[in-house]
Order: sequence, then C-alpha cells, then structure tokens
Amino acid sequence: MSPNFLLLQAFTGFALGAIYVLLAVGLALVFGLLTVINFAHGAMFAVGAYIGIFVFGLTGNFWISLVIVPLAVGGIGLVVERVLVRPLYGRGIDYPLLLTFGLSYVLLDLIRILWGKQGLPFDAPDALSGAVDIGIGYFPLYRLFLIALTAALLVGLWLFIDKTSYGLVIRAGARDPEIVRVLGIDIARVWLMVFGIGTGLAGLAGMLAAPLQGVFPEMGTPALMVAFVITVIGGMGSLVGAVVAGLLVGLAESFTAIFAPQFSQLSMYVIMVLVLLLRPQGLFGRAGLLG
Amino acid sequence: MTAGHLVLPGTRGRRLVDAIARHRVAAAVAGLLVLPWVMPYQALAVNVLVYGLYAVGFNLLYGYTGLLSFGHAAFFGAGAYGCGIAISRFGVPWPPALIIGTAFAGALGAVIGGLAIRTRGIYFAMVTLALAQCVYAIFYQWVSLTGGENGLRGVNAGRLLLFGWQLDLIDPTTKYYVVLVFVALALWLVSRVLDSPFGAVLEAVRENETRARACGYDVRATKFLSFVLSALVCGLAGSLMAIHLSVVPIDTLNYTTSGLVVMMTLLGGMGTFFGPFIGAGFFVVVEDVTTLYTDHWQLVVGTIFMVFVLFFPRGIWGVILQWLRP
Repeated sequence: MSPNFLLLQAFTGFALGAIYVLLAVGLALVFGLLTVINFAHGAMFAVGAYIGIFVFGLTGNFWISLVIVPLAVGGIGLVVERVLVRPLYGRGIDYPLLLTFGLSYVLLDLIRILWGKQGLPFDAPDALSGAVDIGIGYFPLYRLFLIALTAALLVGLWLFIDKTSYGLVIRAGARDPEIVRVLGIDIARVWLMVFGIGTGLAGLAGMLAAPLQGVFPEMGTPALMVAFVITVIGGMGSLVGAVVAGLLVGLAESFTAIFAPQFSQLSMYVIMVLVLLLRPQGLFGRAGLLG
Repeated sequence: MTAGHLVLPGTRGRRLVDAIARHRVAAAVAGLLVLPWVMPYQALAVNVLVYGLYAVGFNLLYGYTGLLSFGHAAFFGAGAYGCGIAISRFGVPWPPALIIGTAFAGALGAVIGGLAIRTRGIYFAMVTLALAQCVYAIFYQWVSLTGGENGLRGVNAGRLLLFGWQLDLIDPTTKYYVVLVFVALALWLVSRVLDSPFGAVLEAVRENETRARACGYDVRATKFLSFVLSALVCGLAGSLMAIHLSVVPIDTLNYTTSGLVVMMTLLGGMGTFFGPFIGAGFFVVVEDVTTLYTDHWQLVVGTIFMVFVLFFPRGIWGVILQWLRP
C-alpha cells in the first residue's frame, strides 16, 4: 500500500469528516448556549437535503440551492425554537430533548408525505464533477470542494463568534445567561438566532451530503448518531472538540473501510467507548460542565 | 370516621386511589386479566402486555432514578435475540430460553450501564443511544447468528408439557395468560424493589444527587444497580416478545424501539406504577387505529407526544392522579 494511496484515503476521510463537522458544530453551538440537545438535528439534515432537491428542481442551479437551503432550514429552526422549545426553558433539561425527539418523527413523516418514501438521486453540479490531480493522485473535485467550503465556513463562524460584538454576546450568554440578561441584552433573541444557525448548518450539511450518499427520508437517523458520537468524543458544547472529533471520526471511518470494511460503521463507537473510559468529559470538554 | 360522615368532595376518589396504590400489583394484574376482552383482538393485548413490561423496566430507570436512557432497545433487543437464538439455533425449550434472554440483557446492561453512568445529565441520553446503536450495528452485521437484516426466524415456542399440563402457545388466549404470569412476577418484583429502602434511595438520587451523596449513599452503585435491574426487566419483555412474534425483526434493536419506550412511559405517566401500562395501551391502540386510515402513524404519534411534552408532562395517569388527589 503506497503512501500516496493512504494520503488519498486520508483526504477521503477529511471530506467525510467535513460533513460530520458541519453537523456536529451546529449541535454543539446550540448545546453550548441553550443547553438543549436537538434530537431533530438529524431530521433537519434530511430536510436540508430535500429542500436542496426542491430548489435545484425549480432553479436548476446548485449554487442558488446552496444559499437557500441553510436559510430555509434555519428559518424552520427559528419557528421551532420560538413556538415549541421556548416554553420548555426552565422545566428541566430533558424536556427540549423529548420534544425535539417527537418533532423528528413529525418531520420524517412530513418528508415522506411531500416527497415519497423512495430515495432520490442528487448529483453534484457539472462544475464540481470529475477529479483533479492534487499531487498525490486524482481526487474527486466535489469532495475537495466539501473540505474547502467547510474550512471557509468554520473560519467565518470563528470570526463571527470571536471578533464581532454579536459573537461576544453569544460567548457571554454561553458562560452566564443571567448576567447577560441583567446587562440589558435580550438573551432570548440570541438563543433564537443560535438555534436558527445550528439548524441551518444541519440543513446545509444534509444538502452537501446528498451527492455522496443519495437522499432518502431516513437519512437523518445515522446523521444524528454521528453527530451525537462526535459531540461525546469532542466534549459537550465545545466547537473545537466538534471539529477535531468530526475529522477524527471521518478519518477512522475511511481507513477502517479499506482494512476491515465490515467494521467501518463501528469505528466511531469504538473511539467513543475509549473516550468514555479514559476521558468521560470528552477530548475538549470541561469537566463539570453540567456534571 | 364512618362512611357517609363528613365526606369531602373528592375524598371517595382519593380513597379509591389510595386503596389501589396499596394493592398496586394486584390491581395491575386484575386490569390485565380482563384486557384481552377489551382490546379489539388478542395479539394487540399481548403487545400491550409486553410493551407495558418494557416500559415498566424503562420507568424504573427514568421515572424513579431520573436517568433518561435513549438506548433501551439494546436490552429489549438483547432479550429478544438471546431468547430467540437459544430457541431457534440451539433448540432450548422456551422457559430456560426466557431466562437466557433476560440474563443476556442484564449482562449487556452491566456493560452499557457501567460506561453510561460515567456521564450525567443530557450526556447520558446521548451515550446510551450511541452504545445501543453500536449493539444494533453488531447484530446487523453478524448475519450467521442473527439473520442480519432479515431478522431472526423460526423462534417456535410451541407446546410444552408442564406438570402434566399441556401448554400450547400457539393459542392466543393461552399465550396471553402465560405471558401475564411472567409480567405479574416482574411487577411484583419491581413493586417490592420500589417499596424497599433501595427504592427510596433511587428516588433520592432522582430528586437531588448531591444530597443523596452527602447522606452517605453510594450514588454510582445505586445508578448502576438501577440500570441493570431496568435492563433485566426490559430483557424479560424482549424475550417474551420473541416468543410472542416467533421472529425477531432487526428493528427490535433500532433507535425507534428506544424512542418507543420513552414515548409510552411519558404518555402514560413517568414515575408512576401504572403509567407504563397505560402509556403502552394508549400507544398500541393509537398506532393500530391510525394505521387503519393512513401510513403516517408517526406523524400522529409524534404530534400527540409533543402535545404531552408541552402541556401534560405528567402523562395520562399523572393527570388522573393529580385530579383525584389535588
């Protein structure tokens, strides 16, 4: 097995990891601020893929879909937070989780009603099909695009959270919402926005994953599992943790796929169990955050 | 106070509830004895029985100990596969197979519980879910033993000569009452556990973990025991399901089966003795009725569940209790 082959496989892992990172960052962002675990995160991933197909069918333009999907799914997220999740704040940490679990059932069936039970194909746009020589061999252009887009989004998100005044409010809200409220900031609106951003990222991840794996109503369930496992590995609510763990899981999956294909689905669980045994708070988790 | 004197409004209802609470196992069994005649058909009654027991096991952990597991399909499924594999692959008669299935689920509960109780709060739900999904993936891949995607077939319990008494599990009525015997035993056991000092510690951990620890209770051991006990009860339910259906579908282990028990317990009333059965009955009937009209029962069930989470978090039995005992 040549080093170039292994390096290419690593790139495949990064591309896979890029999708996982987007999914997990959305989940971690919402959790870090609202301490809400969104069980409908996987369903939002599927909704994103289907809206992508819908918009692509209308416009025939991949790039327009790429812009509309996160906005549309983020919009759904805003409604969900405002109408369903907000009444549950202060009522125990389990309730938003239970509610979004119920919501995932509803969204799944709505997808089936609107688009049918069969899977649909979704091709990468012509501009991104084919492969390019990246020095170590030919690599699919679309996967390269995934890596680049995710990197760009992460930089953007980091700038937003770390450098803008709105980001300052978000960070303050994650640390102590009470004080932020005392300082006269409407924290509820910040929560709303962050929930929207989180679900929007899930939707975007769904659309980006569509050309790799196809689109089917139940695609959200494995996505939710991956997002959860990554969150546990990386540490609850840690954005850095989500990025590192997402890439780690992507790499592990793509390498076990060559050496022991039947175990590639299991690789991430093995990592999770190891992390739980050695560092239960996760790689980047703060010990004691919510216990 | 003699009857008829100074009966305050609502007192009679309260007395009835108190009497039922005192003899809760007998009351539950009495209700379950007549269930087959209330249900539209008998297979549905067996479903209520088995899912009800599954929810009782789950409720022990969530309702009484306060640990929300989203991975109980692993134990229900482990029971079903343990019992099913013993019967179909090794020709074990069904009574010892039930014990094998239950023990297997308990062992798996010790492994998953041991890992999961290292975490707390919302983390716990995610870890149990992910570990259960891992079990699902293993059983899915291990086709030679489990039948993989097609599920395990040929779990035929059939006839059994018990103390000179012919038991034919093909007959739905016999099957219902045989299953009920095991359910009643499990209920009695759970009721004893809840009434014991250990049961009080469970609720203490639920109400305030730090205080329970400060009082000198070993919180970790309590959680672990509660987890394993819960897995055993769910494993028995799964074993009974395998005998009831004669097959074990792979979905028994899936995420949806974990979600199912969460829904049933919350709909019925978590942390109450009767809630799990009421929730299971409600769920089974709603699912059965909606599938008559539409394929999209998940939409209906999901919506009902959201309404309960938002407005009736105590569940059906919890609301009734609140109404009778204000």
